[in-house]
Amino acid sequence: MAIGTLPTTAERARLPWRTRVREMLDRERVLGPLFITPALILIMLLVAYPFCVAVYFSVSNSFIGRPSHFIGLTNFIRLWDADAFRQTFQNAFVFTGISVAFKLVLGISLALLLNQQLWFKRMIRGAVLLPWVIPTALSTLGWWWMFNSLYSVVNWTGIAMGIMDPPGPNWLGQRYYAMAAVITVNIWRGLPFFAITILAGLVAIPKELYEAAQADGAGPGSRFWYVTLPMLKPVLAIVVLFSTIFTFSDFNIVYVLTHGGPINSTHLFATYSRMIGLESGRIGEGAAISLYLFPLLMFVVWAQLRFVRKQVF
Amino acid sequence: MSRRTLRTKVLMHALLVPFLIFALFPFYHMLLTSLKQDRELYDRFAVPLIIKQGPTLEHYTKLLWETEFLTWTKNSLLVTILATGASVVIGTIAAYALSRLKFRGVNSFGTGIFVTYLVPTSLLFLPLAQVVNWIGLADSKWALVVTYPTFLVPFTTWLLMGYFRTVPKEVEECAMVDGATRIQALWRIVLPIAIPGLVCAVLFAFTLSWNEFIYALTFTSSSEQITASVGVTSELIRGDIYFWGELMAGAILGSVPIVILYVFFLDYYVSGLTAGAVK
Repeated sequence: MAIGTLPTTAERARLPWRTRVREMLDRERVLGPLFITPALILIMLLVAYPFCVAVYFSVSNSFIGRPSHFIGLTNFIRLWDADAFRQTFQNAFVFTGISVAFKLVLGISLALLLNQQLWFKRMIRGAVLLPWVIPTALSTLGWWWMFNSLYSVVNWTGIAMGIMDPPGPNWLGQRYYAMAAVITVNIWRGLPFFAITILAGLVAIPKELYEAAQADGAGPGSRFWYVTLPMLKPVLAIVVLFSTIFTFSDFNIVYVLTHGGPINSTHLFATYSRMIGLESGRIGEGAAISLYLFPLLMFVVWAQLRFVRKQVF
Repeated sequence: MSRRTLRTKVLMHALLVPFLIFALFPFYHMLLTSLKQDRELYDRFAVPLIIKQGPTLEHYTKLLWETEFLTWTKNSLLVTILATGASVVIGTIAAYALSRLKFRGVNSFGTGIFVTYLVPTSLLFLPLAQVVNWIGLADSKWALVVTYPTFLVPFTTWLLMGYFRTVPKEVEECAMVDGATRIQALWRIVLPIAIPGLVCAVLFAFTLSWNEFIYALTFTSSSEQITASVGVTSELIRGDIYFWGELMAGAILGSVPIVILYVFFLDYYVSGLTAGAVK
């Protein structure tokens, strides 16, 4: 093979196979598909296929250990007519709406505070982020103990401060208090994500904008309203969309804290679907319950791709 | 520092105090409960915010020697390490392909990864339990090793794509002009530059799989197979009698591996959290 000329086909066939493999791997058209194959197989077998199985279950009268038949949309309709499911549906919206609203407002406040000149900056950030990294199932056990009907430290503190009348509310045994308890734990666990992400958005706002606003005579209030908030909009949109999907589909907190009770008043789609699908064995109905999450998921994906990530690919 | 700026600074710290109490008090209370003697723990007239009658390690020793806690922790470690290792490798090459190579279907695959990234585990646990049964891994920790990558790979891919984009293309092209193959360029040039990203990916994958709960709860049930979170939340509670001291000791010890990583790699957690969502 002469220097400076490309090998002809015949010459190429004579090259040892290792060289040929090396050459093949240098081509993007070959290496690209090769590199995504493991991920693709994984997603096909353990995400796409189970999803199809879920759709199949949801339109059948599947029961653990029994042959099943196609029954159309009966599961979805029957669920919609059942009080327990209606309750779950309503719970999911109340839980998500209130949690996300609180996380957003508290998250912005906390991010603004963290963005100031602080002593022990790193330690404070570390403390703020801690609830987010600790296993939720385990930290929720701590909250479970804090809301215990006999030894609640929350009630003890409330009574000691004179805010509550003894013995204080039975947090996990009364419906509205139980909902308040699961929402509190969700806010506790999700606030760090909001605060730290919004903080990253705050840091990225150019200082000149504030200087210009100040030169125009804008006070701190209007600087926040006319500079900070509009500049934060993309970050806020992403954080809210993310949090909505993960709050809506939350499982751990409700499962550990209330198990959906008292009388279904804190069930969410995931916990109710587990109860019906596994504990009662009605897999078809259970799958239909979790598929009620799907429209919301689609909406979030669509919104993310349409408004937030236009320029990614 | 002028008086006025000092005053605002102190005010800012004061405003942070309620947030810090909210974030940290549950951990303080868990630690306290795990160290208290039963006598004081179940005394309704004792002050719950302090230990008055002296601390004890009794709950910890009971947890370690009279329950299967160590087995659960070993399971958690095995599942987490294997799932993390596999996911980071698969995610790294997928992210490289997505951010650097041009080939047919690259865009739709990218969108697919992103959609999978958003699919919550609670949507798929029922059918996945059936799949796990069919492949013969019912009630086995290996079911977790196989299924955890379904949420770890999309996450690591997404995270690493952001990091690979920050590596200038020219650096890699230079190496290839000098005769390196693409794989050598990836291995010797791109990956070393992207090490902070890889550390982030490993940390988050480790944390996500250590903290995973719904799959572990659904796919495994016998005491030799379950992970630490499942063991502590289900095996330590028998009937209506709760052993709060042991329960809190279990919750604390079950979080230790994550806390250790967290203390050493705090900055990576902060940057990875924002990168995963914002990039």
